[in-house]
Amino acid sequence: MVRTLLVRGLLLGLVAGLIAGAFAFAVGEPRVESAIALEEAAAAPAGHADHDHDHDHGAVVSRPVQKAGLFLATGLYGLAVGGIFALVYAGLRGRVGPRSEGGLGLAAAGVAFVAVILVPFMKYPANPPAVGDPETITGRTLLYVVMVLVGLAATAIAVATARQVGAGPWARWAAAVAAFLVPVVAAWLLLPTVDEVPEGFPATLLWEFRLASLGTQLVFWAAFGALFGWACDRAARVPKAAPVAAA
Amino acid sequence: MSGLSTPSTLPLPRLRPWLLLGVPVLLLVAYLVLMDNGAVSQAGTYLHELMHDGRHLLGVPCH
Repeated sequence: MVRTLLVRGLLLGLVAGLIAGAFAFAVGEPRVESAIALEEAAAAPAGHADHDHDHDHGAVVSRPVQKAGLFLATGLYGLAVGGIFALVYAGLRGRVGPRSEGGLGLAAAGVAFVAVILVPFMKYPANPPAVGDPETITGRTLLYVVMVLVGLAATAIAVATARQVGAGPWARWAAAVAAFLVPVVAAWLLLPTVDEVPEGFPATLLWEFRLASLGTQLVFWAAFGALFGWACDRAARVPKAAPVAAA
Repeated sequence: MSGLSTPSTLPLPRLRPWLLLGVPVLLLVAYLVLMDNGAVSQAGTYLHELMHDGRHLLGVPCH
């Protein structure tokens, strides 16, 4: 049973990752290109500055290959995330959340999007190339991971709180939302802000890139939640017919 | 909705080996896609550049 769920999560995660990759390619790539063009224009006057992160000529990977690598990245991301999701889902089934398979799949994907994507995004939004100091990548990555963990911990706290409050759905939902928001808002306020947008970087391009990036994750989680929920729902109906066939 | 079966709860002892083995392996894959900057492996730099656009558009920190 766990194996079936895991395989389902891996495969559907891969599919959702490729769908998200198609969205990112269509909507996001033009913004990446614009940002790289700006980066190179900014680097040019300094006379081929020995940038250790050259995005084009002489780079480790050429731009066309990077564009193809986009699908590899979103596909592998989907595979890994889908597998982890399926294993967590296996533990949640029948313990928390909606009782129907499809409902639980969708609800869990929605919660995962909010906790793991939206919460970190609000504090450390995605940046296009040319935004972000290479020197601070390790620190920024760490802060980002901390924000992901805060989102997950806040979700666990919210679920535990909701289970404690038995006074009707309104009180339960209010308690859960409050229990989620308190740690999240505290982390938003307490963790250091990262602002490395170079002076003169077009605000519109930054905004459009960030929307495209958030959209990529939204497409992934919507596609994955729908596919996974649908597949689980479908599988849940089959066993009812199986004993007849086996008899 | 009554046609949908209530999901059966999987006993934790049966789930534990899967979680202990599967989650770390899958997290490592996610780490290599999203976070590695050559810290773990020399191939890390190559992976980073290969999946560069994906990283930016998936929203994780990048250069």
